Amino acid sequence: MSKLFMFEKPLGMRDTLPELHQLKHQLKQAISSEAASWGYDPIETPTLEFHETVGTASAILDQQLFKLLDQQGNTLVLRPDMTAPIARIAASSLKNEERPLRLTYSAPVFRAQQREGGRPAEFEQVGIELIGDKSNSADGEVISLMMASLESSGISSYQIAIGHIGFVNALLKEVLGNDTRADRFRRFLYEKNYVGFRKEVEKLPLSSIDQRRLYELLRLKGGPEVIESARKIVESKQGKEAIDQLEHLYRVLEAYGLTESIVLDLKLVMHMSYYTGTVFEAYSKGLGYPVGSGGRYDQLLEQFEHPEPATGFGLRLDRLTEAVGKTKSPVLKDTCLIFSNERRKEAMEQAKKLRKQGKSVVMQELTGVNNVDAYSAQFQDVVYYVGSNGNGGTST
Amino acid sequence: MSEDMITVAMPKGRIFNEAVELLRRANYPIPPEFDESRKLIIEAPEAGMRFILAKPMDVPTYVEHGVADVGVAGKDVMIEEKRDVYEVLDLKISACYMAVAALPSYDPKSEVAPKVASKYPNLTSEYFREQGEQVEIIKLNGSIELAPIIGLADRIVDIVSTGQTLKANGLVEIEEMIAITSRFIVNPVSYRTKSAQIDDMVDRLAEVVDQGVEAK
Repeated sequence: MSKLFMFEKPLGMRDTLPELHQLKHQLKQAISSEAASWGYDPIETPTLEFHETVGTASAILDQQLFKLLDQQGNTLVLRPDMTAPIARIAASSLKNEERPLRLTYSAPVFRAQQREGGRPAEFEQVGIELIGDKSNSADGEVISLMMASLESSGISSYQIAIGHIGFVNALLKEVLGNDTRADRFRRFLYEKNYVGFRKEVEKLPLSSIDQRRLYELLRLKGGPEVIESARKIVESKQGKEAIDQLEHLYRVLEAYGLTESIVLDLKLVMHMSYYTGTVFEAYSKGLGYPVGSGGRYDQLLEQFEHPEPATGFGLRLDRLTEAVGKTKSPVLKDTCLIFSNERRKEAMEQAKKLRKQGKSVVMQELTGVNNVDAYSAQFQDVVYYVGSNGNGGTST
Repeated sequence: MSEDMITVAMPKGRIFNEAVELLRRANYPIPPEFDESRKLIIEAPEAGMRFILAKPMDVPTYVEHGVADVGVAGKDVMIEEKRDVYEVLDLKISACYMAVAALPSYDPKSEVAPKVASKYPNLTSEYFREQGEQVEIIKLNGSIELAPIIGLADRIVDIVSTGQTLKANGLVEIEEMIAITSRFIVNPVSYRTKSAQIDDMVDRLAEVVDQGVEAK
């Protein structure tokens, strides 16, 4: 390996400078208080987990995990998501708590990037998990809380796409019979390669009815009318059940009055392989990547020997910040008191008073700054306590 | 920029001309003097579109990052770049294929340190790994045919449309790898937020693509 540059950081690691930090903090605050007002309790989990447990449960590709060894030689991972650690807690420490559990988190997660190293490999996720409730109302609650979170963080123009992985699985299984074939189609859907999907359909010796069912899947996108068309192409019990669930969910969202920003897209397949039912993704206008996603994962807790249904969402704080940040102008700090030694006391009292009023106050001794004009330009108000005459100059 | 304008990323050259022709046949009012322009951004307000003219290899990048809503990119580029975009339609234009080629005297048995030159290092590496073959890949940016002639590599991986270039340089095709056509690709967010216009565009294009194929 070549010698590292002096200021180089590990691939995908970023600093957050004060201005950005402030914006990020505001967003985090807005979402956290939204989740709190819906009765979700905050939770923290360790940054390091065992590879064998949380690492494998997380469904992030193995080559995307940051791995290290502890002193006993166990493989550890930097947590690649928050859902798996929370499932671990729900199945252990919180095993005996009354269900459903409503938990919220805000924490950095780690995913190594292979291409275009500049992409963040560490980013903060804010999200919620609703554990132990299998009803469609739970899915509805999660989706509407995600929308409320987006709104409270200042994103007004957004859209949510909702699909159902249980439906996709049931349909593929009915038509294709075996899992290897179904996996190939699921992969095309995940890669969003619909051309590949169609070519694969042409390649297989399927009846024309089955071919049409698969092509139809690609067209299942739009409003509530999609539900009926979907019902027509599945026959199995699981498939029908999935559609019933989706229909219910749509009614729940209708009751919330939220269907305007919602699109049903039944071909939506996401990278997290632990999803079992409803899946959804959120998009903000003007940003090229989804800002968050979520879904139902009824089998994940089984891996921790405590099977129970669960659903949740995670928003990517870095992308939210990017989406919101584009619209915000830089903010000036409140007040700066520039003082000289003789009038220190006076300045201190003034600072105390202003801080009590909720203002941020920087106290800066005159001799400590090189360029007073440039320095004070960062503040809305600058007050000088300089000289011994008692008349501090003020400039705004 | 109008909110509802669709930004289209297109490669310069042959694909551009064929794709614009498709759009015209799909009844998008695109002015005729369009083709000769040397600008990098061309507006077509009547059609509600704006075109970004890019290097073929860069089209999926623009689309992935969302600075272009949709784009036209060859399957070769899609495989090489592996970008997170929707590949929604095979436009069936600029048909060609990827192939392995070498000098007629090439003999796999006598190869000591197999070297393959290509403009597509990822695609090439994946292909040979799939075959269980260990080769050294030499990335070149053009004039790939030169490599076997001057002894830089034994084989090359490149796009073949008519086979004329290979022939002119005294090379022969050893293996046909993958058929290539241009694809209509869409940014994941635009796919949702501008779905009305984009779905309409896909439907209209799909119709003329099918007509084109039947006519042939």
